[in-house]
Amino acid sequence: MIPDAMLRKLRDYLRDYLSLPVRVTRNMPVPEGSYERSRNQYHSTRILREILTETPADAIKIVGIIDKDLCIPILTFVFGEAQLGGVASIVSTARLRQEFHGLSPDDGILFERLVKEVLHELGHSFGLIHCSDRECIMYLSNTVRDVDRKKTTYCGSCDTALYRKSETWRE
Amino acid sequence: MEPKVNILIVDDEEVVRESLASWLAEDGYEVGVAENGARALARLPEKDWNLAMVDLKMPGMDGIELMDEIRKVKPEMIVIIMTAYATVDTAVQAMKKGAYDYIVKPFNPEDLSMTIRKIIEHQKLVKENLYLRKELKKQYRLHDMVSKNHKMIEIFELVKTVAKSNSIVLVQGESGTGKELLSRAIHMESPRRDEPFVTVSCAALTETLLESELFGHEKGAFTGADQARSGKIELAKDGTLFLDEIGDISLKLQMDLLRVIEQREFRRVGGTQLIPITSRIIAATNRDLTKAIEEEKFREDLYYRLNVISVRIPPLRDRKEDIPLLVEHFLGRFNIEMGKNVDGLAESAMRLLMDYGWPGNARELRNVIERAMVVAKGRMILDADLNLPQASGSPGVKDRRGKSLSEVEKEHIRQVLAANRWNIVRSAQVLGIDRVTLYNKIRKYELKKEPVLNT
Repeated sequence: MIPDAMLRKLRDYLRDYLSLPVRVTRNMPVPEGSYERSRNQYHSTRILREILTETPADAIKIVGIIDKDLCIPILTFVFGEAQLGGVASIVSTARLRQEFHGLSPDDGILFERLVKEVLHELGHSFGLIHCSDRECIMYLSNTVRDVDRKKTTYCGSCDTALYRKSETWRE
Repeated sequence: MEPKVNILIVDDEEVVRESLASWLAEDGYEVGVAENGARALARLPEKDWNLAMVDLKMPGMDGIELMDEIRKVKPEMIVIIMTAYATVDTAVQAMKKGAYDYIVKPFNPEDLSMTIRKIIEHQKLVKENLYLRKELKKQYRLHDMVSKNHKMIEIFELVKTVAKSNSIVLVQGESGTGKELLSRAIHMESPRRDEPFVTVSCAALTETLLESELFGHEKGAFTGADQARSGKIELAKDGTLFLDEIGDISLKLQMDLLRVIEQREFRRVGGTQLIPITSRIIAATNRDLTKAIEEEKFREDLYYRLNVISVRIPPLRDRKEDIPLLVEHFLGRFNIEMGKNVDGLAESAMRLLMDYGWPGNARELRNVIERAMVVAKGRMILDADLNLPQASGSPGVKDRRGKSLSEVEKEHIRQVLAANRWNIVRSAQVLGIDRVTLYNKIRKYELKKEPVLNT
């Protein structure tokens, strides 16, 4: 479970950063059949499909936040997944936690990483691809080290691209 | 913008195709998918694919078979084999068959990113390398000569045409410009390439020696001729006879040579039998033959005989753009000959080479590089390794950088005045200006006669 306080904090952050209305919807159970027994992980694409069915009529994008470790069939793990230029995306907090790496919990660090990954997947939802700027949100992170190196902002060109693609909804 | 990178995914499992395709799409790659080998082969002509990620186990054609087929059609396309079952045997087999890499599903995202980036980088380098090699071969090379100077390239083109004929060629150019190399190139481009190339250095020998060197002699033709010997003309047989420094031969020998060339037959010294000439003649000189004719040191009729096809090689100072190219050429050769590993020149060292006047032309440059490679300690040739002669004809060449025109003028006038002990008439002549102008400049620059010591 993700604490409500953290979700609200995330909501406010996204609203301020993107200048778009953001709200938290109801908790969703982890879909049955997304669990991969042999890998003790959850298949993110299957969950993504479920999230899509939960999209409210007035929402242009929906992001699922999950505390389970995610994977796709070809990769040992993913921090998250998005439909490129689509509606739904998902981010897992499992590997963003300090505990996962044998360190003591730190909510501040977790929140910062979560913000980065959510903005990253939302970027994909708005049609952005990976950026070669190591400090840009849209840089591909394969490790938390990569995540930590990134800033909590998009680089100039990704920011412009995102702004253009989200313009129609920002009135 | 960088060109799009095209990746073809071949896997019988839809879920693998989809998830890999969407993951790669997020990274900005253009992705195509195929569910089996046959489908993959059908998609090959669609695009300029950079990379195929091929599943090892598929019904019908397996990954290794598909890789073989791909290599037949698109040998430059890189293939990565993917498998869920890692065994050393299959990995070894895949790599032996030419797979670039072998990855086990599921992939660690970091490894996958790294592998693909490495491939793209590798392909870029291969392409660049191919391009550069082609460029080098196409334009700048004729056997052992390299150039990108348009006059030289014209000469290279001329050589290729001329080589097919039997006409006499006269090669002119300052010493060290590569007259012999060019003549060898003509020989190598000609149908005579498997026959001998015989060089006669005309300046090195006295008249009688040169005569016997060229024509050979019979036994007892002169004192010391205790047995008959063939001359260079005979030795050249059906090949090429290269007469170097033709401008240096005596008038008597010029006449003999003229007759031989016109009649295309000759006698050995002291011999009676006429021997036909079957070789092709190339003559070279660093002298100005027209001037030599004026001075009556060279026969005009021989000049016209020789000057059927004339090639004039420009001096290195007129084709400085060739200096970096020649340096690279010599580095490559000496690296092999000396077993060295010198990568190149420091920028400042290259600038020294570019600024130098090269009176000895490409040969001098070759010698400078050869020496520098012997003394160079690291992988780079530095300024100190070069040992260029001080340019005595133009004092202060190196100091000129960054100075204004008037500063250079002032310094030059000062030096000329000093060299002529302030003799205004003589200095003005050297400078190519009249006396009044020189006086004006002396006043303008406030030049003063310095006390001269030890005179």
